[in-house]
Amino acid sequence: MARGPQPAPKPMAATPSTPAPLLSLRGVAKSFGGVRALRGVDFDLQAGEVHALLGENGAGKSTLIKVITGAHQPDAGEITLAGRMLGGLTPALAQQLGIACIYQQPALFPDLTVAENIGLRLEPAAAIRRIGWQRRRALAAELLARIGAHISPEAEVRALSMPEQQLVEIAGAVGAGARVVVMDEPTASLTNREQERLFTIVRELRAAGVGVIYISHRLEEIFALADRVTVLRDGASVGTHGVSDMTEAGLIKLMVGREVAQLYPPAESTPGEIVLKLAGVGCADSGVHGVNLEVRAGEIFGLAGLVGAGRTELARVLFGITPVTAGVITLGGKTIAPRSPQEAVSHGIAYVPEDRRRHGVVLEMPISENMTMAIHPRLFPGAWLRFGAERSLALDFIRDLAVKCSGCDAPGGSLSGGNQQKVSLARWLATKPRLLILDEPTQGVDVGAKSEIHRIIRRLAKDGLAVLMISSDLPEVLGMGDRIGVMRGGTLTTVLPGGAPASTVMAAALGQDENKGAA
Amino acid sequence: MNRYFRELSVTAALGLVLLGLAVFAPAFYQPQPLLSLATREAPTLVVMCGMALVIICRQIDISVGSQFSVCSVCAGLLAARGWPLFLVVPASAAIGAVLGSLNGLLIAGLRLPSIVVTLATMVTLRQGLNLVRQGEFVNLPDGVQWFGLSQATGQWVLVAAALLLLVTMGLALRHLAAGRWIYAVGSDTEAARLAGIRPQFVTFLVFVIMGALTGLAATMNLVQSPQIQPLTGAGLELKVIAAVVVGGVAISGGRGNLWGAFAGLLLLACISPALTHLHIEAYWEKAIQGAIILLAVVADGLRQRTGGQR
Repeated sequence: MARGPQPAPKPMAATPSTPAPLLSLRGVAKSFGGVRALRGVDFDLQAGEVHALLGENGAGKSTLIKVITGAHQPDAGEITLAGRMLGGLTPALAQQLGIACIYQQPALFPDLTVAENIGLRLEPAAAIRRIGWQRRRALAAELLARIGAHISPEAEVRALSMPEQQLVEIAGAVGAGARVVVMDEPTASLTNREQERLFTIVRELRAAGVGVIYISHRLEEIFALADRVTVLRDGASVGTHGVSDMTEAGLIKLMVGREVAQLYPPAESTPGEIVLKLAGVGCADSGVHGVNLEVRAGEIFGLAGLVGAGRTELARVLFGITPVTAGVITLGGKTIAPRSPQEAVSHGIAYVPEDRRRHGVVLEMPISENMTMAIHPRLFPGAWLRFGAERSLALDFIRDLAVKCSGCDAPGGSLSGGNQQKVSLARWLATKPRLLILDEPTQGVDVGAKSEIHRIIRRLAKDGLAVLMISSDLPEVLGMGDRIGVMRGGTLTTVLPGGAPASTVMAAALGQDENKGAA
Repeated sequence: MNRYFRELSVTAALGLVLLGLAVFAPAFYQPQPLLSLATREAPTLVVMCGMALVIICRQIDISVGSQFSVCSVCAGLLAARGWPLFLVVPASAAIGAVLGSLNGLLIAGLRLPSIVVTLATMVTLRQGLNLVRQGEFVNLPDGVQWFGLSQATGQWVLVAAALLLLVTMGLALRHLAAGRWIYAVGSDTEAARLAGIRPQFVTFLVFVIMGALTGLAATMNLVQSPQIQPLTGAGLELKVIAAVVVGGVAISGGRGNLWGAFAGLLLLACISPALTHLHIEAYWEKAIQGAIILLAVVADGLRQRTGGQR
């Protein structure tokens, strides 16, 4: 490991003449159900380089990392580590071979001490062996000192801050003699000073010949730290470049770089009166603050932003799950402050949540019961269920939304992802809302069902519904949104007209001035 | 696979046992012993109705045996003081409801795991009762046993009441919106909450119903004997949980109904008399019951693995 503090002053670009790569991926592919997360990725990591991995949400970065760390088995392709082909990689084997991953949320045991956490990672895995407590503590102390972390080996991990936990993980990786260290957005929750210290450690790792794969949405970090950058888009690599040859604008273009257009149904509606108006809306619990926006009847307002920018949190505020604590929400001219989902529904707000397998469709329940779940008081006055009414409502929706199912008694779990999403949508349309909030409406849905859902959303807007659509799928936001809001750090930072160029939206989501460094 | 596969298979198993008995031990079908068997199981059936709701709601209540004891002793003492039965019965149900609401408050209000909460109340109620009563029996006045009717009439009244309750609850679970809420909360609490159902309220209510039914069942047991011993109801929780699980109510919540649970209860209740009539040693009873429960759980496990995702 690093034999002394020698922060490499200037990152050098790895030259093509460099010897065989430390880690090499060739044609790595991985699908989940019908969704192709990786479609033949090539990637090389040299010893002693910091290689940044860049791409918008869902471009395949996480999947690629999980393949490298053995958490996912690739469907196709080869992984070579120091000239040795790796087949059937498992997390344990990856660790043994010297591949370590530092996740955004440290994966430590909170109830154990720092020394125990490091010890668990480094000591042999035999269940019955004597634990050398002295040695364990000494080793942990030495490793922590080596990376310049002032943390007691005796401290309980629970009591440590997020950056301190990260340091513990890095110490563990160093102690394990890791040759490849993957860092997944390590600075997401760090202050500037903590970030600087992390950078120093990364540079020391590099100087010691470790290959570092560095993932971050913060472009300035990539320019400060990385030697090379590989951009992923739609599960494929679109190129590897020396960082010194690139500009921020150039990177953004690479991340986005595709024609949006024709895939999406054109807007047919003219926006009517204002349905939803937010003035300085915030919620102390969920970190949303100072959001101002207006959504009109017949309008699709696309909400873009990176994961964690506060989009879902905003939706949960509007739906009364984490009630609003600041600002004013006006719906149809009336000021509201929903404190529960029931209240939001009674005001005419519907929310189709993000994770439909968990919060949307109840898998054991028949489709018909799923669809009427939110309208019991209206459909069943007097609390007696009316199966006839329920059935005819369900059949209407099944026909209307073209749900492919064996009948309205089929359980929700028997449907494909796209059809489950339609059932979830039907449940909320049944409440006859004025404002429809869609959270990742086509996540994990295959291409055919996706465009069907897009057409349905368009039609709903045409019928006068105000639609607030959250999506991490940038082309979807651009193609569907009549206007596009970009959230960053818990607030709405930018509102762009529909058809804004992808690079502008991406730059806003990343917090970059698009023109900076473009010249 | 058919949606009601589990209910149908339990019913089929019950049919097979009954058929086997008809062939090999026709003596089983004498009316008087059968009526006695049904009478003995009537209170269990009532408690089972409550337990089915609790488990469908993805909770569990292992304190019902202790609740049953407390309600029995309290009802017995009230009867001994000369309260008429038509007041003792609602009073016992009310005491049960209060005990259930205590569970409900802790589980729904503080969001504590039901297994731990009801384990604590089970032990506390049982020991509290022992402490107060010192193992003393409650002697019931004349006119309480069999409601002061003849034994046969009393037995018919009990069995009819239990069946009426089963049918009412079974229909309510299927036909009332509130019944649907229990399934929704048991399948997916968060989805239910987003759909405007109040999961904590539903959970609380389920425990209150469980307690009230246990109190009611205690009086149905009370009228069967001249005295109440404080250990009455011990082990009741295992019996009803077993019946409910064998009857196809998923322990993971959200699935099952009272008809299946009823078939499960009959199946387990038939084992003991069947063994007697087939001249098999009674020691086999628990082993066979255990095997049936295991079979039901394995069937659920397999169903979830194959049927969980389309």
